[in-house]
Amino acid sequence: MTTLQEPEPVAPISEELVERAWKDAPGIPGFFTTVDHKRIGIRYIVTAFFFFFSAGVLALFMRAQLAQPNSHVLSAETYNEFFTMHGTSMIFLFNTPVLAGFGNYLLPLQLGSRDMAFPRLNAFSYWIFLLSGIFIYSSFFTGHLPNGGWFAYTPLTSTNFSPGINLDFWGLGVVFVGISTTVGAVNFIVTTFKMRAPGMTLNRLPIFVWSMLVFSFMVIFAVPAVTVAAGLLELDRIFGTQFFNPAHGGSTLLYQHLFWFWGHPEVYILFIPATGMISMIIPAFSRRALAGYLWIVTALVTIGFISFGVWVHHMFATGLPPLALSFFSAVSLLITVPSGVQFFAWIATMWKGKVRLTTPMLFAIGFLLIFLLGGITGVMVAVLPFDWQVTDSYFVVAHFHYVLNGAVVFPIFGAIYYWFPKMTGRMLDEHLGKISFWTMFIGFNVTFFPMHILGFLGMPRRVYTYSGDVGWNSLNMIVSLASVVFAAGTLLTLWNVWRSYRGGALAGADPWGADSLEWATTSPPPDNNFDATPVVASRHPLWDQRPLPVARSGPDDATHALGLEGAASRTAALTGGMRAEPGATFPIPEETVLPLVLALGIAAFFVGLLVKVVLVGAVGVAIGVIGLLAWAWKTGEEPS
Amino acid sequence: MSRRARNIVATGVALALAGLLLAGCGNSKSPNMLDPKGTEARDIASVWWLMFGLAAFVYIVVGGLIIYAVRKGRRRSRAERDANDSVEPDTPRFDDHMVLWGGIVVPLVILFVLAVVTVTTTNALRRPASDALRIDVVGKRWWWAVSYPTTHFVTANDIHLPAGRPIELHLTTADVIHSFWVPQLAGKVDMIPNQDNLLRFVAKTPGTYRGECAEFCGLQHAHMDFVVVVQSQGDYDRWVAEHAQPPVEPASELADEGQVAFDSEACAGCHTIDGTPAQGKVGPNLTDLGERPYLGAGALENTPENLKQWITNAQRSKPGALMPPIQLSSAKASAIVAYLESLQ
Repeated sequence: MTTLQEPEPVAPISEELVERAWKDAPGIPGFFTTVDHKRIGIRYIVTAFFFFFSAGVLALFMRAQLAQPNSHVLSAETYNEFFTMHGTSMIFLFNTPVLAGFGNYLLPLQLGSRDMAFPRLNAFSYWIFLLSGIFIYSSFFTGHLPNGGWFAYTPLTSTNFSPGINLDFWGLGVVFVGISTTVGAVNFIVTTFKMRAPGMTLNRLPIFVWSMLVFSFMVIFAVPAVTVAAGLLELDRIFGTQFFNPAHGGSTLLYQHLFWFWGHPEVYILFIPATGMISMIIPAFSRRALAGYLWIVTALVTIGFISFGVWVHHMFATGLPPLALSFFSAVSLLITVPSGVQFFAWIATMWKGKVRLTTPMLFAIGFLLIFLLGGITGVMVAVLPFDWQVTDSYFVVAHFHYVLNGAVVFPIFGAIYYWFPKMTGRMLDEHLGKISFWTMFIGFNVTFFPMHILGFLGMPRRVYTYSGDVGWNSLNMIVSLASVVFAAGTLLTLWNVWRSYRGGALAGADPWGADSLEWATTSPPPDNNFDATPVVASRHPLWDQRPLPVARSGPDDATHALGLEGAASRTAALTGGMRAEPGATFPIPEETVLPLVLALGIAAFFVGLLVKVVLVGAVGVAIGVIGLLAWAWKTGEEPS
Repeated sequence: MSRRARNIVATGVALALAGLLLAGCGNSKSPNMLDPKGTEARDIASVWWLMFGLAAFVYIVVGGLIIYAVRKGRRRSRAERDANDSVEPDTPRFDDHMVLWGGIVVPLVILFVLAVVTVTTTNALRRPASDALRIDVVGKRWWWAVSYPTTHFVTANDIHLPAGRPIELHLTTADVIHSFWVPQLAGKVDMIPNQDNLLRFVAKTPGTYRGECAEFCGLQHAHMDFVVVVQSQGDYDRWVAEHAQPPVEPASELADEGQVAFDSEACAGCHTIDGTPAQGKVGPNLTDLGERPYLGAGALENTPENLKQWITNAQRSKPGALMPPIQLSSAKASAIVAYLESLQ
């Protein structure tokens, strides 16, 4: 049983013990061995943003090339490489990992836990992400960038038509980074089900946790498809199998089915946590509970399911039978409904709330206006005959940037303004934040809105140049100029982060007066997150339970970890059942270099495949096996 | 931000949008899908205008609700800010009504309309016609091989169609996936290995329409255009009759020299000119090159100077094209140009 009490006066001696139990080794060793979900989460976010800005630079080069007809800023080859790397970076190396980063940072805090369920796996998934990113980006140093587009359709990407290792960076990289996403998802699911603070029923989970839960289940079912697609492609390329070679009975459409079976859910994999962020930000700055909590949870889960039934709408022009196409067209229309549900829940929240237009809230409202348009054009491209006209044209480029850039990047920027105070203890500058928002919002719309019109005027996607006499000149010039404005807006936030990190106003534990548990601890939180575990009795603990009650450590295994003694022994509570009853104490593993060793082994294996040197691959396998054995050996150690 | 600054921003955005709409009109050479000249493009354009109406309605209403909700919420916040920092109470009835009507019922009605439109339009389009004219198009890197099975002749990057008659295009590829798209006539259809994809439509208005490859197909995807010439039935019949004849002998001495050079140099190894010894199958058939508007699938306009440049170094205007640079004396190149331009 949980014992409730008022926050206990903390004995100074215990605090010191707690600190010693959780402190990472100082300096470089600590950097490589930490398993702290907060350090890992921030690392994820920082690394992902490196890829965001790289992808942005590539996009600016592409826009420079397209600003005028027949220009020679980039060669055809370079342009094709840049748009491939832009898409690959944004999907695989920015959007997915940055959301995983926020999930990593926030989930244990929002659940009232001291860490993730598998802290070493967590470190491992970050190292895999970092190394796979380096793997893909090392193509810049060899001068052989992937050039088959981010969905790398066969047979263009077979060795017949794409010799050289360009495509191998992509194919192997996609399999490689998929490991990170998958183990991360497993971690999120177990953490959500087993690490909730006592009393935090599923019915009281913050919506962001729900969104990460749906994200994770979708990742587990979707990512294997792209791993198989890219894996079979690499088997074709490296070992000469013929899965996708039409000349030997292989099927190119099989590749498309496999790719989009992941590719469409992936859009929602990105979008769902972004809406989860919005569902945290809007209530916080409307000072009222999120309207329609159950509606929203139902909507998230429904989107998770339906999104697996729409992949063929990327293949409407491939000549599939009309009956099948009509089915996928209908399902693609239907998926609008759960998004509509969320939309009106957000509107109702603001309508009946007290709205404060802080920077995170501006990004949330900007998101609403942008996603509304992206959602509407999404309905349009679900309409079969219309899609025949606009697919693979600039209309679709406009549409998916409204969804993936507008409706995912805007929430992420909002989330940065919202949670930066928690992560660093300092506020971001609001004035600069608002300027950044308006620059981004205007830049974004003037960049991507005209692309719809270019699509109507017949401009196909992925052309490195165009002739000057078909009426595309002025719109392309406007788009290119505006893209610089958008980029400047993102840089203002980067500058804001840099400046505020060094000298922003102090934040305090709960600068926004928000309701979820991450605001119950100090900013930045101590290494152990919570000295004593909060006991939750409401969906909005910080609004409804003042002061917030905390649990005390009991004598038995079930409750030992709850209180300060649990923190001092570097343990966390495993809770279970619908009501998150304390069930067991579980030791948080000590810092370790093993996840990095295993990740390096795997990286060496992929490098071996890339350079086709058996020895390198074999060394990688050996390191990996040793790392795994050592890892397994150290499992189950009791806390001292 | 102050009210004044906000007004300035709002005016700026409005002006920018107005400018966009003006700039967005394109010109008469734009392959504008909303300026349809064929049955399929016409039906799709009417689907678009219906959707545009619905979309504008939805955007204005929902966008208006967002702005309204924000303003209402802000007023409450301003009124109470210092006095009371309490959390506003739940309003479950209001929330449920908003979600139910705004998020579920109204969208379902609109989606139902769109689903009906989708099914009826899809069924109407691409319905087989008994007297359709069959044309086979094969996508290649980076050009289009066009053949007329009923009249047994072949051309490239240049498709002639009779207006008013049902057309049945058989589309496939010789290498990677391409996508056949003439925005003013019909939606696009992918060209996939080992697959015979069909596109059926009726071209309505005589004219010349731009077609392009819409699926990324490698290095020169950007220069894979073609031209569809829609002619009245009479003009089309004359065009067919001319092509059924064996080509006339070169009229000038220079062109005659050009033919000799064409057959003896590398050209004939890759290109066919009907009725001559040149029977190469790698590159486009050049039997009627003189009447084609473009060279290199849209890379250059077809003028004698451009053709000379193209023959000697196609890589300059279309880097990566599979046609290698050819070492020719200037005189020889001019002769070949004269010969090719004489082919009508």
